[in-house]
Amino acid sequence: MNLRGGSAVRLASAKAWLHRGTFVLLFGAAFALMVLGKADTPLIERARVSVIDALSPIMEGLAKPIASVRQLYDNARDFWSLREQNASLKADQERLLEWQTVARQLQAENDALRAMLRLVPEPSATFVTARVVADNGGAFVRTVLVTAGLRDGVRKGSVAMTGEGVVGRVAEVGEHSARVLLLSDISSRIPVTIERTRDQAILAGDNSDNPRLLYLPHGSALTPGDRIVTSTAGGAFPGGLPIGQVVAIQDGVPIVQLFVAWDRLEYLRLVDYKLPGVLQSGAGKLQ
Amino acid sequence: MTFSIFHQLDNWARNLAPFALTMLSLIIGNMPLHLPYFVPLGISLPMISVYYWAIHRPGLLPAPVVFLVGLIGDLMGAAPLGVGTLLLLLVYAVALSQRRLFFGQPFLVVWWGFMMIAAGAMSLGWILSSIVGGGALDPKPTIFAYLMTLALYPALGDLFARAQRSFLRSA
Repeated sequence: MNLRGGSAVRLASAKAWLHRGTFVLLFGAAFALMVLGKADTPLIERARVSVIDALSPIMEGLAKPIASVRQLYDNARDFWSLREQNASLKADQERLLEWQTVARQLQAENDALRAMLRLVPEPSATFVTARVVADNGGAFVRTVLVTAGLRDGVRKGSVAMTGEGVVGRVAEVGEHSARVLLLSDISSRIPVTIERTRDQAILAGDNSDNPRLLYLPHGSALTPGDRIVTSTAGGAFPGGLPIGQVVAIQDGVPIVQLFVAWDRLEYLRLVDYKLPGVLQSGAGKLQ
Repeated sequence: MTFSIFHQLDNWARNLAPFALTMLSLIIGNMPLHLPYFVPLGISLPMISVYYWAIHRPGLLPAPVVFLVGLIGDLMGAAPLGVGTLLLLLVYAVALSQRRLFFGQPFLVVWWGFMMIAAGAMSLGWILSSIVGGGALDPKPTIFAYLMTLALYPALGDLFARAQRSFLRSA
């Protein structure tokens, strides 16, 4: 009896040791991962890409019922406001027709001027549209997964847009999925131009909904309503894509509101402008 | 003979339930829900799952499996690698060590335990992400994520309890 009790205790303590050893090992591995992740090796990127490639079909399957429920809800809501929408659309159409005339005139004038200057034409852009299947947005990071990858012509550095404006850039591409780093992510830094003043700045995400403007020239006087568009500096974006606008100035710091409605990212247009971007040329190396 | 093989297979599949549910909560937590005015909050559903199973059936969700789920979550989410893994392991280890305190207790006690442990884990997550990210992150999203995760615990916990009753009764 005594003997059996003793061996049971010994067995239990051996088990406890093994248990503790496993935990120590696993915690150590997690710390090692953190260091490895900080080093940003291509191995990790490959692992990330294969995980999202493997999981994106599952997520797409799961996303479909959610999308249809949402569509039903949207349809019902639209139905109720049909009359108002119709009136506002008619007003919009009138206004847009005027703008169309203006745009045509400008296009003709632009063509004529380009012909006079013998301007080298920019390479034409190609794009694909893809469904957003995951937003890993959260407390620590702002990215989304889309269901288009290398197979569909998406490249690292492709610009992700909605009808409203720029959303972010493609940071990782798998065979049939890609990850888009949103402008609001803490590691997102893109060159921008203030449309009215032509001041250059860097739009830096900080995981909040209002990214900050860094490196504004001294004495640049922004006012609420100033539009912020992409800049060609760095060769990552073509110029003039809409990003957001200054909504307020708080203690001399401009607060930027992006044009994109974050809660409604359903489809993204991934545009490859064929620019010698920062991302394609290797980490941190500017052209 | 064949009966016993099928019986074993059946048992084996049932025992996978905690892992399968944890993986499912990881995937669903990453889905875009497109709720109006609902910005991504980073609710950690796997944290709920890991806490629940650590208290109720730790044998079916061993530490290496928790590590694996955390790793997949980190790779999927583009968050600082290792941070999510560490948090899940931490929640698991603490819940397991305090298991006697919570096992068989009324629901409110178990929820209170989750409140405490998740608060510690989320704060640590915020600190680690700030260190890895190189600069203090805005704490607001983390606080929202914590509150949302806390609020979802009763619903998810109930779901897991149902699963436990229906899949694991015999085991």
